[in-house]
Amino acid sequence: MSDPRFRVTSDPLDVTAVSATVSSADCGAVTTFVGLVRNENGGRRVLWLEYEAYEPLAVKSFIRIDEEAGERWPSVGLAIHHRIGRLEIGEASVVIAATSPHRAEAFAACRYAIERIKQIAPIWKHEHFEGGEIWIEGATADPMDEDARRMAFAQCT
Amino acid sequence: MHVTIRLFARLREMAGASEVQRTLADGSSVRTAWESLVGEFPGFDDYSRAVSCAVNEEYARMTTPLSDGDEVAFLPPVSGGSLEREKGKGKR
Repeated sequence: MSDPRFRVTSDPLDVTAVSATVSSADCGAVTTFVGLVRNENGGRRVLWLEYEAYEPLAVKSFIRIDEEAGERWPSVGLAIHHRIGRLEIGEASVVIAATSPHRAEAFAACRYAIERIKQIAPIWKHEHFEGGEIWIEGATADPMDEDARRMAFAQCT
Repeated sequence: MHVTIRLFARLREMAGASEVQRTLADGSSVRTAWESLVGEFPGFDDYSRAVSCAVNEEYARMTTPLSDGDEVAFLPPVSGGSLEREKGKGKR
């Protein structure tokens, strides 16, 4: 049975449902991050996005991110759901929930998770804009790159 | 040996297929599989420096040895990292 905390899906994302997978009685805080499809990118008028994933490895990358976060913030519970397929402007592409007894760890782990997803998760964004389409390509996906990991931690302090 | 190669995003589009089969010599590595594609599909060589890879659904290296029946995946750069990379200090 797959872990409900880590999911790649073509269905619309539900923030409350993602939070529920990591909520417990000892949590004093839940921080959520929702990534949305924006109508503009680099001066281009975006019409819609298509997300593609290598699904089994994407789920494993989320588990890896959870383990990394757990080393730094052991009290945190982390859940990551990412959507694939065609997404319209304003729709959620990713939802992260981080729970913790206290808020500081939840905020930090949530931020860490989104930075790491963008670095290592095998998920690609095909932007359809007015006048064309383009694959958005940033970083080489390398989970063993310690510089990248340090950079992600630096965003959270 | 016989391997299955999975392709994604722009690599998939350039190859016109999400999956291709290859027969490789014994002792081949992920790099051998990649080079077989570079020779066949124009545009793949542009990715030789930036592509990453997985074998049997685990992250791997270009030097990772392959065995018969393996599934190799080639991953173009992922979407979100450009800003972070620009901020990096002499990385890559």
